[in-house]
Amino acid sequence: MSTPDASFLAASLPSILTIGGMALVTYLTRAAGLAVMSRITVSGRLERFMKAIPGAILASIVAPSALAAGPAEALATLATALVAWRSSNLPLAMAAGVAVVLAMRFALG
Amino acid sequence: MRTHSDLIRFSLPGLLAGFRNCLPVALGVAVYGVLFGLLARQKGLSLVETQSMSLFVFAGASQLIALDLWSRDLPVLSLILTTLIVNLRHVLMGAALSPWLTRLKSNQAFGSLFFMTDESWALTLGRMVEDKRLAREPDGAFLLGSGLCVYVFWNLSTTLGHVLVRGLDDPAKYGLDFAFTAVFTALLVGLKPRRQDILPLLAATATALVCARLLPGKWYILAGAVAGGLAAALGPVPTSPPTSPPAPAPGSTTRQP
Repeated sequence: MSTPDASFLAASLPSILTIGGMALVTYLTRAAGLAVMSRITVSGRLERFMKAIPGAILASIVAPSALAAGPAEALATLATALVAWRSSNLPLAMAAGVAVVLAMRFALG
Repeated sequence: MRTHSDLIRFSLPGLLAGFRNCLPVALGVAVYGVLFGLLARQKGLSLVETQSMSLFVFAGASQLIALDLWSRDLPVLSLILTTLIVNLRHVLMGAALSPWLTRLKSNQAFGSLFFMTDESWALTLGRMVEDKRLAREPDGAFLLGSGLCVYVFWNLSTTLGHVLVRGLDDPAKYGLDFAFTAVFTALLVGLKPRRQDILPLLAATATALVCARLLPGKWYILAGAVAGGLAAALGPVPTSPPTSPPAPAPGSTTRQP
C-alpha cells in the first residue's frame, strides 16, 4: 500500500526526470565551451575558427528572419544596422527596427 | 598555473552594468515568457512543472520545443535529447567568451555560465569587444548581471503567463517578434567586421538560410556558426596587421634600367 505522498511522487517522477535531465544537459552545453577551451592552447587554424565564431553565430541567428522573412524584415534589418552603426545605441537600434518593421508591414498590408 | 595578475575584476558595479544593459532585451524576452507560461498551462503542465523548467532549464527555445513533445506518456529521453541538440550552440558561445572567462575564478565563471542565454551572451561579447577597443578594463560580472536580468524577467513572465493571462495577442502584431533580430543585428554591427571577416560571415549567412529551411529547431545557428568558423580556418590567412601599401622612402625610388 502506498501513501498519497508516495503515489504523488510516483506520478510526478517522469516530469521530475524530464525537467532534471533537461536542466542537466542544458547546463552541460553552457559549461562545455569554457571547460574545453581552458584545457587547450588555441593557435593557427583553430584560432581563426574560434575568432570567427561570434560574428558567425550572430549572422546565423539573424539570417533567416532578416533575409528570408520578406521585404519588411529585410528593410527593417537594414534600418537597424544603419542606426546601430551611426549611434552605437542598442535600445535605439532595437526601437528603430521594430518601428520600421511595423510601418512596413502596415504599408505592405 | 595562473597568477593573480591575470585575473579580471568581478564586481557589483560590473554586475549592475550587465543587468541595466540587458533591460530592453529582457522586456522582449518577457513577452515570450508570458507566451510560454500560457502555452504550458494549455498543454497541462502544472505551475510547479512550468516554473521548475524556467528556474532550472532556463532556455526559452528548448522550453517551447519541449511543450510540443509534452504528452501524458512523457517521452523522457527524447525530450532530454532534443533539449541537448537545441542547446548545442551554447558550447560555441561559451568557447567564444573563454578569453575572458578563463581569467575569472572558476566558480565565478561556471556559475555565471548557468545564466548564459543567446541574449546575454551577445551583449557580453559586444561589451568585451568594446572594452578592448577602448582599452577599458573588462568586468567579468557583466555576463552574470545580464544573465540574471533575463533570468528574473523570464521567470516572472512565465509565472504570469501560467497564472494570469487567459489569452495573448500574437507578438508579431506589435513587431515584437522582430525585436530579437534587431538586437542581434545591432550587436553584429557593433563587432565592426573587417575585410577578412566578410567570407566567414557570408558562409555563415548562406548556411543558416539553407539550414533554417531544411532542419528543425535551432540547428541553423550551430550549422551557420560552424560554416563561418571553417571558412575562416580554411580560407585565406589574413595579413595582420592590416597593411597599407608601403610608401616609398624618400630618395629610394629606383629608376628601371
